[in-house]
Amino acid sequence: MNIRKLSELKTGEQGIIERVTGVGRFRQRLMEMGFVPGAEIVVEKFAPLRNPIEYVLKGYHVSLRHDEAEKVMVRTLEEQTEDD
Amino acid sequence: MAKKITIAIVGNPNSGKTTIFNNITGAHQKVGNWPGVTVEKKEGIATYDGCTIQVVDLPGTYSLTAYSLEEIIARNYIIGEKPDLVVDVIDASTLERNLFLATQLIDLGVKLVFALNMVDVARSRGLIIDHEKLSLLMGVPFVPTVGSKNQGTKDLLKAIVRVAEDRESVSRHIHINYGLDLEEEIEKFQGLIRTSASFPDEHHSRWMGIKLLENDEEVIKEIEKSPLKKEVLDQLGKSKAHLNEILGEDSETLMADRRYGFIHGALKETFRQTQMDRRYLSDQVDMVLTNRLLGFPIFIFFIWAMFQLTFSVGQYPMDWIDAGVGLLARVVGDLMGEGLLRNLVVDGVISGVGGVAVFLPNIFILFFCIALFEDTGYMARAAFIMDKVMHTLGLHGKSFIPMIMGFGCNVPAIMATRVLESRRDRILTILINPLISCSARLPVYVLIAGALFGAYAGNVIFSLYVIGILLAILMGQIFKRTLFRGEIAPFVLELPPYRMPTLKGTLIHMWERGSIFIRKMGGVILVGSILVWALSSFPQTVDYSRDYDMEKRTIQERYAIQKEELMQSWQSEKVQLLTREMNLKIAELEALRKDEFQENSLLGRLGKAIVPFLRPLGFDWKGGVALLTGFVAKEIVVSTFGILYQVGEKEGEESEGLRTAIRNAMTPLIGYAFMVFVLVYTPCLATVAAIRRETGSWGWTGFSVGYSLILAWILAFVIYRGGMILGLG
Repeated sequence: MNIRKLSELKTGEQGIIERVTGVGRFRQRLMEMGFVPGAEIVVEKFAPLRNPIEYVLKGYHVSLRHDEAEKVMVRTLEEQTEDD
Repeated sequence: MAKKITIAIVGNPNSGKTTIFNNITGAHQKVGNWPGVTVEKKEGIATYDGCTIQVVDLPGTYSLTAYSLEEIIARNYIIGEKPDLVVDVIDASTLERNLFLATQLIDLGVKLVFALNMVDVARSRGLIIDHEKLSLLMGVPFVPTVGSKNQGTKDLLKAIVRVAEDRESVSRHIHINYGLDLEEEIEKFQGLIRTSASFPDEHHSRWMGIKLLENDEEVIKEIEKSPLKKEVLDQLGKSKAHLNEILGEDSETLMADRRYGFIHGALKETFRQTQMDRRYLSDQVDMVLTNRLLGFPIFIFFIWAMFQLTFSVGQYPMDWIDAGVGLLARVVGDLMGEGLLRNLVVDGVISGVGGVAVFLPNIFILFFCIALFEDTGYMARAAFIMDKVMHTLGLHGKSFIPMIMGFGCNVPAIMATRVLESRRDRILTILINPLISCSARLPVYVLIAGALFGAYAGNVIFSLYVIGILLAILMGQIFKRTLFRGEIAPFVLELPPYRMPTLKGTLIHMWERGSIFIRKMGGVILVGSILVWALSSFPQTVDYSRDYDMEKRTIQERYAIQKEELMQSWQSEKVQLLTREMNLKIAELEALRKDEFQENSLLGRLGKAIVPFLRPLGFDWKGGVALLTGFVAKEIVVSTFGILYQVGEKEGEESEGLRTAIRNAMTPLIGYAFMVFVLVYTPCLATVAAIRRETGSWGWTGFSVGYSLILAWILAFVIYRGGMILGLG
């Protein structure tokens, strides 16, 4: 299984959230907004200046800065099927 | 029988909470602020079935943790004020995430009604929700609504009254099951907490147990104050270690995970997605508006359009108001007898009120545009596009709007900081905003640069704008590293779907914010204007160095004799010429008198008193007085110079007479230092009032005034002294 940082995913790539690192308010905010283990997340697009990045999660759009997306660990789908 | 119930409305941001509030209360609402903070508090009244319903709109939140001001306000209101019922507005198209807040409300054990909003959007996306079954599962009635079309409002009111009167059959209090391991720990806390008499309630003690596992700072603080402190905190440490050992996660993650687990379970039986395509119209619009190439040009166009609308189109009503105030002043002036009272009313009150009223078109147009950006969902995209640029300045993407508005006027700009959610971002943006050269400073630049720099005036003025921007960046960096160190607000921004705004909704939005300006700032500006009027009007009796009245009479008599002679010889053109000559001489005399009066007034004396501080910068007492009056509004610096240099106050910045006077009084170096001082020093009275209003703190207001004054002095000193050393003086 290949665990990557959410920030490393390219436009259109999909992943399953493994865990959220970081502390305090940031982490809590992500959790309550649905960044919980097992949730599916898709990279929608990058901002014109490449930062922040827009994601689709639980049927809505949310954007994170690059350094925030670095703190979200995801499992990518392609890697998972290889394992099967 | 007339009954009265109080309800609170909560919901995620972008869930259409405000629209539901407007639908329920209609026009019967008032806007204020929560005590001590600048989070808007809206209240309204609705009536249904003989019931009077008092409605309080709580700030939009994703959750009821204690991390942000909005969350704490919403939570404290529900727990502390105990409304009879809470309505949670849930966006049906993002049901799963919206239910997270719902589970927290269920934990609180309050009476609930869920407004399942935007069911039309959900339906069009192929989402099928069995809201009746969901109601049974959660023990809370779900009422389908379409806020934008005012559908379901009656049903919602009906449900509210039924639940409040305990007549609703689906209402029951459920316990969300957090799984065996967590439930065990929650029970331990519950047991511990219930041994103390101060927390007898079963629901409340369970809720506290849940919050402890969620690491809730407010609940931990409450426990720390109680006699149970040691036992509970010891238990907390043990529970966390235990959970981490057996489940390999910290308790916060586990709680959030279980909440979503509960939601997932409830939706399994009640929610279906029939359409897997997630390319909606909104996404297509967004592909253009945030496009890598087109995103910026479109954004800049929107901002340009907003700027033009606010300041160019707004100029017309501004001129009308200005003319109206002028007319009023003349009429009132004519009606009242000469004297102190007339001066107070005309120069103090009317011009003070006029000074406030003149901003109204700007403010209302700006807030209309901002409401439009917010209601359509574009504001979030603007932040998305601009965040990288603004983040390098230590600000949030949304700070861009207030910063750019600053070029027009700092007052609406500072009020526009309300779009920022974090207090840190808001205060930082407010502190550096006055460094952006507003349009009121331009006349001062035009006068002085025009007088002293001739053909280079344009470049000099441009350099002042650049200095302002560079200073804003520099101070932003300094403040970020000193005053706001450590407080990092996560960016995490929801990009809601684009929506067609309703005119009514946007107008209400605009009115709410604009009216705050009138009510709260009007008073401060009025008092300030009267104060400055008083300073420049007292003392009334001046020991003039000359007898002006006497001289005036002498002139009049002398000309009267001459005129008499000419009249007899039928030379009417010469009489006219003579009259003009006489009037000119009298005006000159009046100007001299006014000058002497100014010099002796409290303001003039203040100007002279601050000369020791200004001399190192090369300014004289006249510059001092001009800077003092510039505190009311910076463009007044020009008219003050007009009075002080005796060329008449009606002269504008393009006046040749005034320019000559400036050339005689200042070297280019001093002039430049003076302009930089005007750029940086203490924001004008209206801006100070806005800062006080938006920070909610005299401390920050004082800091803003103080730092800008000190910064202005240092910069002017460096420019003047440095220039002297370089031989530029």
